[in-house]
Amino acid sequence: MGESEVKVIGKWSSPYVMRVKIALRIKSIEHEHFEETLNPKSDLLLKSNPVYAKVPVLIHHGKPISESLIIVEYIDETWSNDNSPSILPSDPYDRALARFWATYIDEKWFPSMKSIITVETEEEREPYYKVLEEVVERVEDAFGKCSKGKPFFGGDSVGFLDIAFGSFLGWLRVTESLYGRKVLVEAKAPSLVKWAERFADDPAVKGLIPDHDKLVEISKPLQIKWRALAAIGKKY
Amino acid sequence: MERSEDVKLLSFHSSPFGQRVIWALKLKGVDYGYIEQDIFNKSTLLLELNPVLRKVPVLVHCNRPIAESLVILEYIDETWKQFPLMPHDPYQRAHARFWANFAEHKLLEAAWIAMRSSGKEQEKAVNEAREAVEKIEQEIKGKRFFGGDNIGYLDIALGWISYWIPAWEEVGSMKILDPFRFPAINEWITNFLSHPIIKDALPQRDNMITYYHSRRKEVSPS
Repeated sequence: MGESEVKVIGKWSSPYVMRVKIALRIKSIEHEHFEETLNPKSDLLLKSNPVYAKVPVLIHHGKPISESLIIVEYIDETWSNDNSPSILPSDPYDRALARFWATYIDEKWFPSMKSIITVETEEEREPYYKVLEEVVERVEDAFGKCSKGKPFFGGDSVGFLDIAFGSFLGWLRVTESLYGRKVLVEAKAPSLVKWAERFADDPAVKGLIPDHDKLVEISKPLQIKWRALAAIGKKY
Repeated sequence: MERSEDVKLLSFHSSPFGQRVIWALKLKGVDYGYIEQDIFNKSTLLLELNPVLRKVPVLVHCNRPIAESLVILEYIDETWKQFPLMPHDPYQRAHARFWANFAEHKLLEAAWIAMRSSGKEQEKAVNEAREAVEKIEQEIKGKRFFGGDNIGYLDIALGWISYWIPAWEEVGSMKILDPFRFPAINEWITNFLSHPIIKDALPQRDNMITYYHSRRKEVSPS
């Protein structure tokens, strides 16, 4: 049996791993998947990502690449020919916009979502909801500018920013289930609500959003872990 | 509407992020107009051009604003092809982006806190910063620049280490870039700061020291 050219070290529940999976699918790249338990961390993970020991890691021809958006750019640059769609836009300004918004989302979105699950009371959740609501407002606006009337941030097909933001939809639905408060609502973000449906249904994404009930199930042990870390003053 | 080819940079005199952009523009020989910003009294122009984050630097090209210094660096590299900054090979590019982000997330905040704090809090921050520098040390061993023989994207992205960390060390009376523990990084610092373009594109050290002293006084009266 030959060595698989492309391997992904991932975890079924990780939105960051999902980004890599979508990118590989867009480019029709077959890959071998290693499901990482993270507890304990596998030797392969520790060897491939010694700096962070986190998933996802892409291993291509034996060389590891870490950090989800960096991996997505790598995939786009490595498999770039006329046969598969581009993930990043071709125009430098559009690329800068996509990267800017992806950076913004990564700084603001998941930390707030994590905090919503971690803190104990509704009062404590409130400021984090405010952050998510602001992000939604801004990204709704960004959608108008980036999509230019087309179905996705990337235009006709799922692109970099669709992947960056869309990968969080699964966990967003979990917080909505847990606390009954919706953030992505028609009244505030009509374009994004429609985009979210298109994104989830797109062939590049279908089946990659983790099962809702399974995510809700693991949210409880995660909440316990994150609360324990918060209690001893560690970053969760 | 006519689009101006004019390049403008909104930044602040002691901003390490703004300096990255200046280095990139100068290395490529791109003319630009500089607009100094008072970050404590943000101008209407800044708020209009970067309404989301309201931070410097902002590059304006063809009347379109771009924010986030690392994003700006890649935009500059893709727009002006002379003196390429990013490596050509995708794996090397991923590698460069990874380490730029690593320093941003693991070293920058720790060094900043070390500059502004004292006692146990400072000790903890200094240790965290040194751990991060240790990892970067491994990446520069045996190389003149992170980019190889010439300055590249990663040198520019990490360039703040060469000039801002020593200034912060002075302001905070602490040491991160121990020359015995980190000989390779210290050698890179010398190479970087003596590069003909870089050495003439550094902020006034006195201004920086004064400015950062005032930032430290905000939290640590000592």
